[in-house]
Amino acid sequence: MEVVTYTNVETFVQHLPEVTAVGVWIKALIILAVISAIAGFGTFIERKVLAFMQRRLGPMHVGPYGLLQLIADGIKLFTKEDIVPQNANRLIFMVAPIITAATAFIALAAVPVFPDFTIPQWVPVLGGTFVPSIAADLNIGILFVLGMMAAGLYGPLLAGMAQANKWGIIGAARTAVQFLSYEVVTGLSILAPIMLVGSLSFVDFNNYQQGGIADWIIWKQPVAFILFLIAGFAETNRTPFDLLEHEAEVVSGYATEYSGMRWGMFFIGEYANMITISIIAAVVFLGGYSEEGIGWLTIILKVGFFFFLMLWIRAAWPHVRPDQLMWLCWKVLMPIAVINVVVTGIVMMV
Amino acid sequence: MGLEQFKNRNVGQQNYVMLDLEHTPQTGMGKFRQVVRRTFKAELFVGLWVTMREMINALFRGQMHTVKYPLEKLPISPRYRAIHEMLRLLESGHYRCIGCGLCEKICISNCITMDTRYDENQRKEVSEYTINFGRCIFCGYCAEVCPELAIVHGPRYETASEQRASFSLFEDMLTPIDKLNLQQEYDGFGAVTPNADENIKKTPLAY
Repeated sequence: MEVVTYTNVETFVQHLPEVTAVGVWIKALIILAVISAIAGFGTFIERKVLAFMQRRLGPMHVGPYGLLQLIADGIKLFTKEDIVPQNANRLIFMVAPIITAATAFIALAAVPVFPDFTIPQWVPVLGGTFVPSIAADLNIGILFVLGMMAAGLYGPLLAGMAQANKWGIIGAARTAVQFLSYEVVTGLSILAPIMLVGSLSFVDFNNYQQGGIADWIIWKQPVAFILFLIAGFAETNRTPFDLLEHEAEVVSGYATEYSGMRWGMFFIGEYANMITISIIAAVVFLGGYSEEGIGWLTIILKVGFFFFLMLWIRAAWPHVRPDQLMWLCWKVLMPIAVINVVVTGIVMMV
Repeated sequence: MGLEQFKNRNVGQQNYVMLDLEHTPQTGMGKFRQVVRRTFKAELFVGLWVTMREMINALFRGQMHTVKYPLEKLPISPRYRAIHEMLRLLESGHYRCIGCGLCEKICISNCITMDTRYDENQRKEVSEYTINFGRCIFCGYCAEVCPELAIVHGPRYETASEQRASFSLFEDMLTPIDKLNLQQEYDGFGAVTPNADENIKKTPLAY
């Protein structure tokens, strides 16, 4: 992996003698490369899984079992004409997809992805560099990630309002509705585990659950886990809550007027967010990773399960109306989350 | 035999299920109870199980519905009337057509053109035979009227062509002499599909 990053990092090394900064750079490039690739591959997996659940074959013709469909899609997205509608606000229209993609990747900076390693000594220039598992090991990691993902909602919001299209406007309005509704639930649901652990750092969460499956927070906070999953589906606008771009109702919502790579950036952002939510759910509730043995494989399995769950639910469930989403978030989930926090507090005090 | 059994319309094999439609709750408590009941009924998980079951069926029990069309084809009914074929006699390999000209006469879209002559043995031989598939409506009269079962309809239904009027010559439709053993008899107009028995069921309008 590190071989790829020479040209970018070589000049950087001279200016910054501190080794860890190089490591962080390498880590950032690895995250960018691998997560974009996984996000692209996720679209293939999604199409395949949805097809199997409808007893179809899905993409089959490009490459073995349609594996190279990704490349075909990529060529199509990159070579498509970049159209900006006549009455659109040009600047905001062009910036909005970047917000979605950028915030999705910035959020990943504070999330542990892939194990840490040291580049072997025989590699020129970069030999001996330590590459951490978290690009930025913030002590408020959860707060940062949730904040960054919330900021990502500006992408659809601005995109919908800038494109001079009624479906876009409806999509933007729904973004605001959804944003206001679920963000409360996300914060309150994850507050109870934070109270238990007493920290906002992912590493502390991970260490808290090192004692095996019995130590997982999901057993102590099942309600918070379910609430967080529901809110996570809303946050990534996956199917039960995909109000923003539901084709049957609002053509494509906020993405109606987008084409080519700008539309592709929305897509990559959405899939990166799915991966982020999966990682958070795995680390916070399902024990995360462990350093020894095959601990890193287990977190990949957990993340894979959550990713599959999102596709599975998309195949199975219909989506809700915007008013139902608000009703659910404000009248059902938020009271349950508050009660959960209070009960957790009482149990901890006693 | 009376008319009574014909007046019973409920002769289908289906099992009709009456939906249990409950009344919409009017009071606040009723609505709350409905929400709680629906929430903990776990019906959402039934939906999840259904999709997972279908995925297992498709992947491991061979119930995938997709037919990769240009590579695979579904069997078609023996009654299907597609591009014509000219059959040969199995014993001698000679073509069956005796040049009677009935198909040309009966063709309602005038797309069959044939010419015959006497050969050296004073037998009729077909010197020219074309079908204009730009005109042919595939009515099947030619195959029905043929006394020798010489012209029949084959199963080849992919008839896209670059020209609006595309002709087929006698030699094109004739069974290749080296594939004589593969020649299939045409079951004709009354032919039933091989799985016809499975498809038979009473209709609600049996009278």
